[in-house]
Amino acid sequence: MSIVAKIPPVAAAKAKTLDVEKVRGDFPILHQNVHGKPLVYLDNAATTQKPQVVIDALERYYRHDNSNIHRGVHALSERATDQYEKVRAAAQRLINARDTKEIIFVRGTTEAINLVAQSYGRKHVAAGDEVLITAMEHHSNIVPWQILCEEKGARLRVAPINDRGELLLDEFEKLLGPKTKIAAVSHLSNALGTINPVREMVRMAHARNIPVLVDGAQAVARMPVDVQALDCDFYAISGHKMYGPTGIGVLYGKAQLLEAMPPYQGGGDMIASVSFDKTIYNKLPYKFEAGTPNIADTIGFGAAITYLGNVGLEAIERHEHDVLSYATRAVEKIPGVTIVGTAREKSGVLSFTMDGIHPHDIGTILDREGIAVRTGHHCAQPVMQRFGIPATARASFGLYNTKEDVDALVVGIHKVLEVLG
Amino acid sequence: MSELRELYQEVILEHSKHPRNFREMATANHKVEGFNPLCGDHFTIYLDLKDGAINDISFQGSGCAISKASASMMTQTLKGKSASEAEAMFEKFHGLVTGRVAQEEATGEGAGATRDSLGKLAVFSGVSEFPLRVKCATLAWHALRAALEGKEEAVSTE
Repeated sequence: MSIVAKIPPVAAAKAKTLDVEKVRGDFPILHQNVHGKPLVYLDNAATTQKPQVVIDALERYYRHDNSNIHRGVHALSERATDQYEKVRAAAQRLINARDTKEIIFVRGTTEAINLVAQSYGRKHVAAGDEVLITAMEHHSNIVPWQILCEEKGARLRVAPINDRGELLLDEFEKLLGPKTKIAAVSHLSNALGTINPVREMVRMAHARNIPVLVDGAQAVARMPVDVQALDCDFYAISGHKMYGPTGIGVLYGKAQLLEAMPPYQGGGDMIASVSFDKTIYNKLPYKFEAGTPNIADTIGFGAAITYLGNVGLEAIERHEHDVLSYATRAVEKIPGVTIVGTAREKSGVLSFTMDGIHPHDIGTILDREGIAVRTGHHCAQPVMQRFGIPATARASFGLYNTKEDVDALVVGIHKVLEVLG
Repeated sequence: MSELRELYQEVILEHSKHPRNFREMATANHKVEGFNPLCGDHFTIYLDLKDGAINDISFQGSGCAISKASASMMTQTLKGKSASEAEAMFEKFHGLVTGRVAQEEATGEGAGATRDSLGKLAVFSGVSEFPLRVKCATLAWHALRAALEGKEEAVSTE
């Protein structure tokens, strides 16, 4: 099962530029009217849309290949197993893991983090120990650690951020102490768009023998990610935020750590042999994949990874950078608008508030203009508390967004001022 | 645009910017918080109940235009009403913002009587075209109902 691929991640994509009109043609859902206006989808940090190749892969699987994997001797089971495991190899190449056994399929980032908290965390964190996170984490990278700390009598420490929404790296380093058993940090903040200096943070933690989990939910479809270069110990991703289906994601873990961790869930497929006296667990990655997995969506996820590779992650990174810069310049000029999250290293996310206007009202008016944004706390209530606001409106971009989408947003914000100003 | 104008009527915008009875109440004998965890709306309703009637009512907190205006106009409407009148008013208001009242009118039942009895609160009828906003319009009312029932724990719309 061990495929040691040393193909540099989409090396050929370096020179590519993104043809946004062609890309838009790949996403059938974008071509519709909402409330009589062309849809402008700016909620990609919540979930991305799916290209036709992903939709086709799901349909093809159910029409031709549906079967349970890893156990049947018949043709359908062999085809399903083959396709399923090819996705593991594709995910390995996407993030440049050393080995396919380091790729654990899970439901998404949330389950990946819970797996590490419950398996690695329960084994290594004891009373009086500490878990370190940052002030910009999504609830999914806060609550699993709170549950663990509560159970163990451990303490959750939080590295602070500045008014731009940037991590205070010195403070983060100071909080890495002898009691710290793991650090869990986001690669790219969903509420602020901040990109954390993860490589540097991992170096600081490793200098004290502290492992680091990186929440990559927002990063992995916006930039090339190389887990060996980052040297992180765990990396968590969600398929549905990278143009794939919901209900499938990946936990990457360094093999030596995963080998030493107890299983997360028990059941079929995660065992080598079972008797009432003793059960021998299966080898990696299957030790962590109890029960029949989400086969169809995994195969759809594989189509999304191929799609990302074809468009090119470096091309996507440049394109989204251009769109975000254009949007930032346009939106910050509008009177009464404040951008929340102005980190120097930033991607994909434009959170904002408007004087005297609640984000929920902004969202309703933009919706009537056909513009989909998210309003609320973005599952990051501590971030809202840090900035002293109840909520923001958030436009988040994907590979198919254009400067025309930004222009529509600006017109929409002026409509908000007209109705409520 | 017309649906938006229906939702954000002048009266509603005016109340959201200049809410009435927007104050803490030291003499309150009932106090309940209401919040919507999804959008962060958060209000506290203060009640001074005397002999089963609302002697005074006020609120504090933050929220969207719809939730704030609704809380403001609720306090205006209910001052001096009995607890049972307030309950009945909530039933009618709920019917208005969920579209039930309009349905009844369409079938000839009631023929506008419910809408008329709501008085100024009828400006919230536009909410029925925005199902996601019903929670905003009823947040303060849910907290009020809890206060009238003598509850003290916070009310959540989720």
